[in-house]
Amino acid sequence: MKIADRPIADRRCFAPRRSVFVVVLLVAAGNVIVGQRPEALPIKIGFIAPLSGPNAQNGRDILNGFLLYLQEIGSGVDGRRIDVIIEDDEAIPAVGLTKTRKLVERDKVHLMAGALLSSTGYALAPYIDAMRIPMLYPVVSADDLTQRRRSKWIVRTGYSGSQPNHAFGEYAYHTLGLKKVATIALDYAFGWESVGGFQRTFEAEGGLVAQKIWCPVFVHDFAPYLAQIPRDVDAVYALFLGRSALQFMRQYQEFGLKQRVRLIGAGTTTDEHVLPFMGDEALGVVTALHYTAALDTPANRKFVAAYRARYNRVPSYYSESMYTGAKWLVTAVEVVHGNVEDSATLVDALRHVKLTDAPRGPLELDDYGNPIENVYIRRVERVNGQLQNTVIETIPRVSQFWKYNPADYLKQPLYARR
Amino acid sequence: MKAVPFVAVILVMLIAGPPFLASYWVGLLTQMLIFALLAMSLDVLLGYTGLPSLGHAGFFGVAAYAVAVLSTTYHAGFWTCVMSGILIGTLLSTLLGLLVSHVRDVYFLMITLASGMVLWGLSYRWIPVTGGDNGISGIPRLDAHAGLPFAGPVAFYYVTLLVFVVSASLLALLVSSPFGFTLRGIRENELRMKSLGFNTWLHCWVSYIIAGAFASVSGVVWAYYNGFVSPTYLDLTASSELFLMVTLGGPGTLVGPVIGAGAIVLLKNVISAYTQRWPLILGTFYIITMFGAPQGLWNLGRRRRASS
Repeated sequence: MKIADRPIADRRCFAPRRSVFVVVLLVAAGNVIVGQRPEALPIKIGFIAPLSGPNAQNGRDILNGFLLYLQEIGSGVDGRRIDVIIEDDEAIPAVGLTKTRKLVERDKVHLMAGALLSSTGYALAPYIDAMRIPMLYPVVSADDLTQRRRSKWIVRTGYSGSQPNHAFGEYAYHTLGLKKVATIALDYAFGWESVGGFQRTFEAEGGLVAQKIWCPVFVHDFAPYLAQIPRDVDAVYALFLGRSALQFMRQYQEFGLKQRVRLIGAGTTTDEHVLPFMGDEALGVVTALHYTAALDTPANRKFVAAYRARYNRVPSYYSESMYTGAKWLVTAVEVVHGNVEDSATLVDALRHVKLTDAPRGPLELDDYGNPIENVYIRRVERVNGQLQNTVIETIPRVSQFWKYNPADYLKQPLYARR
Repeated sequence: MKAVPFVAVILVMLIAGPPFLASYWVGLLTQMLIFALLAMSLDVLLGYTGLPSLGHAGFFGVAAYAVAVLSTTYHAGFWTCVMSGILIGTLLSTLLGLLVSHVRDVYFLMITLASGMVLWGLSYRWIPVTGGDNGISGIPRLDAHAGLPFAGPVAFYYVTLLVFVVSASLLALLVSSPFGFTLRGIRENELRMKSLGFNTWLHCWVSYIIAGAFASVSGVVWAYYNGFVSPTYLDLTASSELFLMVTLGGPGTLVGPVIGAGAIVLLKNVISAYTQRWPLILGTFYIITMFGAPQGLWNLGRRRRASS
């Protein structure tokens, strides 16, 4: 019987709050004319990410970046304090949706941010659209979210899975001089899209992807997959993250492959969320991503130092994603003068933010809602005893469509397993 | 029959309460009802027939996928989706039932575990149809698809409540019928039932089909509630959480699984709003319940009443 008592009690204390909310809206509307600031009620931002389960570390990195930026700006925006309400989506799409419903309907957040997995990203989109709540995806990289299945209310400040790999495919052929490559990657959408992007530009230049090996996401032993790698390729392209990245690197060396076949890969394979736990087996691996903690710019040096000071670890691209994401949100809120209650204007502002001093470099959105940003080709090196992703080439202003015409690009199917 | 006043009070609250609740709580209540129905269907196997199934979320998921695929890829109508969802889930349990109803105990556990994993693998790897890891989103809203004159969470809640009450009544009828008593007989002593001339294999098979059918019903409602499907609906975690709902609430009763499902859905959502360490609290709660009420929460209450 407790089950039904609680909600009734909640409703009672909630009813007046709603009327306050309406009053605030009216006051805000009046203020636009008078030119005054709206009432100093807090701006409520809902945040979801996996904070338990196997993806918890990535979720925590995202959250850490978010909190670090909010700490830096301190007082809030336009006199309004920022309240963040944090929920754990357990990396399960249905849970993510339930938590988002809670944040939107019960906590009445003004905007949403977060999510890690593509599946969660897709699952939330219809609800976000129906509720007309602006949401920022700092990490979710599923290509189609800004391509064939776009949403008006979702703004992506991360990247699309194939985006850095388009650039990397061309670079691998011309600069690294590779002609024949085998790929080994996690068997899910992120893997297919990354490998697909790499293969497209690599083969367009004249290269050949000789074999594509897919490992289940919960792979425990890479031996059967490493045995399939052909010995006559110039390089192996690997896409892993988290535990699988650590284990893959170790087994690649143990199999004696490291000395014989060069290793390249997607950025997550050597991202800073796993790099500190790797050893010499990671040295020399070349990968592409839109961020590296070793990026030598004033904005990034400042970010890395602040992050290290607060969390005592090197930031990963996940950490940077929501640091920049928070900066993005705050910039948009400043544009609308803190008037976050008008979600249509807010989402418009969110789409037109341009950042020049983000840790990763400059970024802005294309017409389809995906960032145009630098892609860094990075090589793992040991500097002062620590491994880092040293930038060996910067490819500026890369779009999700690479050099292709967006309309033609969208006529082709999404990268799949094949 | 001691449950009657309790059930009546709960039912009145379930019918009268929601218009006065905030939409978030209505949504949570809807979830509770869907999982309560699913847990009850598992209880027919686990509690009444004594068959511990670890792949039960499979039927739930398959029915949800059927709705998703038909409504998005084929733009099928509402009743086609609903009926196909239930039918496909039931057919699947009929086929799998042929395999599993010959075995008992740990072997039953292993085979249902395996079949559940196969169904999960299918949803994950049959990408052209299921969309793989990303799942399928864009299932039409119930009111739009079914042509209901009412929209919103409260309307959806009442549809769910109707489905729940009808299904629960059918299940109550089933377990109190001679067939239901035969199932209990099989649970207690299968050899004796055999020697009394009962075809125990057939009874187990039919109970497996019935459990699958009601799981499919809840899967259909879940697909419409969320508007998307993903492989996590039918993975091992989902099946084992379901198992927990039944054992926690009280297997061998119909009210028990409802309490178990309600408690778990509520606790997960309420505790996690306050602390990031919620899995720890939930785990502690499970262990305490298992020690304090090994027969489930509902049976604990009943025994007390009987002794006083």
